[in-house]
Amino acid sequence: MRRSPLLWTSAALVYAFLYLPLVVVVIFSFNASKLNAEWVGFTFDWYRVLVNDDAMIAAAKNSLLIAFTAALLATILGTMAGIAMHRFRPKLLPFMTLTPLAMPEILLGVSLLIFFISTFGENALSLLTVIVAHTTFCIGFVAIIVRARLTGMDESIFEAARDLGATPWRTFRLITLPLIKPAVIAGALMSFTLSIDDFVITFFTAGAGVPTLPLTIYTMIKIAVTPEVNALSTLMMLLTLFLIIIASKVAPDVLQSKRLVEDDADS
Amino acid sequence: MALLEIRNVTRRFDDFVAVDHVDFSVNAGEFFTLLGPSGCGKTTLLRMIAGFDLPDEGSIILDGIDLRDTPPEKRPVHTVFQSYALFPHMTVEQNIAFPLKMARQSEEEIRAKVKSALAQVALNDRATRYPHELSGGQRQRVALARGLINRPRLLLLDEPLGALDAKLREQMQIELIALQRDIGVTFIFVTHAQAEALALSHRIAVMNHGRIEQLDEPDKLYGAPKNRFVADFIGNVNMHDATVQAADTALTLSLGKLGQITAPLRAGVKAGDTGVFVIRPEQVSIRAAQEPSPDPNQFVGAVNDFLYIGDVTTYIVDLPDGERLEALLPNSAPGRAKFFELGDPVRVSWKAEAGTFLTN
Repeated sequence: MRRSPLLWTSAALVYAFLYLPLVVVVIFSFNASKLNAEWVGFTFDWYRVLVNDDAMIAAAKNSLLIAFTAALLATILGTMAGIAMHRFRPKLLPFMTLTPLAMPEILLGVSLLIFFISTFGENALSLLTVIVAHTTFCIGFVAIIVRARLTGMDESIFEAARDLGATPWRTFRLITLPLIKPAVIAGALMSFTLSIDDFVITFFTAGAGVPTLPLTIYTMIKIAVTPEVNALSTLMMLLTLFLIIIASKVAPDVLQSKRLVEDDADS
Repeated sequence: MALLEIRNVTRRFDDFVAVDHVDFSVNAGEFFTLLGPSGCGKTTLLRMIAGFDLPDEGSIILDGIDLRDTPPEKRPVHTVFQSYALFPHMTVEQNIAFPLKMARQSEEEIRAKVKSALAQVALNDRATRYPHELSGGQRQRVALARGLINRPRLLLLDEPLGALDAKLREQMQIELIALQRDIGVTFIFVTHAQAEALALSHRIAVMNHGRIEQLDEPDKLYGAPKNRFVADFIGNVNMHDATVQAADTALTLSLGKLGQITAPLRAGVKAGDTGVFVIRPEQVSIRAAQEPSPDPNQFVGAVNDFLYIGDVTTYIVDLPDGERLEALLPNSAPGRAKFFELGDPVRVSWKAEAGTFLTN
């Protein structure tokens, strides 16, 4: 079927709007000038500056540690929540799990800050509080994705496993988990990405000693935007791309909406 | 001793009584069927036997042991689900091996048993396929092989033929009977299709509104239904309101304006009782109105409609009192088979020992 030229043009414009700025960021990370204004010449200098920037490396380590831990915790808890929501149809759990997704981040950040300080004292803010905060808002995303995956599934598959001699735990490990694996991986990736680029909640819940990449970039931009930020952005983009490729290899149906059970193969 | 005893089992969901004081037992090696319309409680009963649900009252006893505290995975009972419930991420082989793996049998043992099970259901060449690559009939066979591979005491089948087309259904019925006979595992089969139940079962429990209406062998259910529901549910039947006028060696029934007939005597029926007279279409003879019939019960009516089915033709006859009667005429009988057209006057008749009177 032929699409109208208007449709093609508008699609091209939308994608250009989305991706051109990213391309510009990448190009100027190789620019031999302190300004992001005009192209002077090709260089790897900004990457060298970045690698030797101890503050930036420390921030990157923090961010990765936080994102990895928060994603892991959120994936475990969110998967459990998703399964519980599907199986027991509780009335309150969905609200409680999904509210953090809809709530303005600033509200969540402030309330967590007040909670941590008032409960654990003035010096409570640390790496741990950031991890807890990030886990909190990631659980909901994992839960939604896992529940959506379970919704279309034939319930009797899980009963069949029990019926044929599997304990509840073996049913989960051998049947439920393999079947929801794509959703779990998608949830984990989403949590990782949400955590690594979170600014607002991190700003409120990280103590002075825990700079993360977004916080550090913000601090740098307040002074001047140097191409070091471009170099860092390029690396983060590569990391994201890498994660998406991994995801598509581990669980192809995360990206393609391949159906799990074909309706009828009757011949 | 019976293999399975259902003792006075009741299951309620809020105000709805799904299974109402049901009581029966199943013998080892039997092909037992729970038959009834949807919502009659047959599936609820099956789920309680499998262990997915527990009775509110009564007990389920297998091999003399009350199953109340036994979870599904510990019961020597397997289920073939209506949707087959094959594991979509496992091959045919892996699906069939699953119960053996759960029982922690050795690799060699599993391999040998899976091989012979695949042969038994003629799926050797499909061993490494996934369920979605199979046809409906093949999936059905995988589900059966998986349910039978570690020889459960009892195999429960929840409308397993419901999703198949008519031709395949008949073929699977034949396979099912052969499989059950060869393996000797006791089957409890749940269905709403009465023809299927009659064809497959040793005994059938007809259920309605959570109760068992009649439990009998197929020919007894068909030939001597105990009540209106069973008569109506099993096969096709003609029904006519009737009042008993006399009960001695046979029953004399008044069919209202239509007149009197003679019907077989039934224990406990006395003059003055009201109810229905039921008779199967194949027990009713049909001939041209001017031809005499030797039968004691006969009426003249007009053909209202007919259904040519191939082997037989069903005639729907308008009786003088406005009621309708179905009569079956085999098309195979040479010379005797003859077509009647719409409106043709016909004589319908039946023998004194045909049909049954059922009190209300």
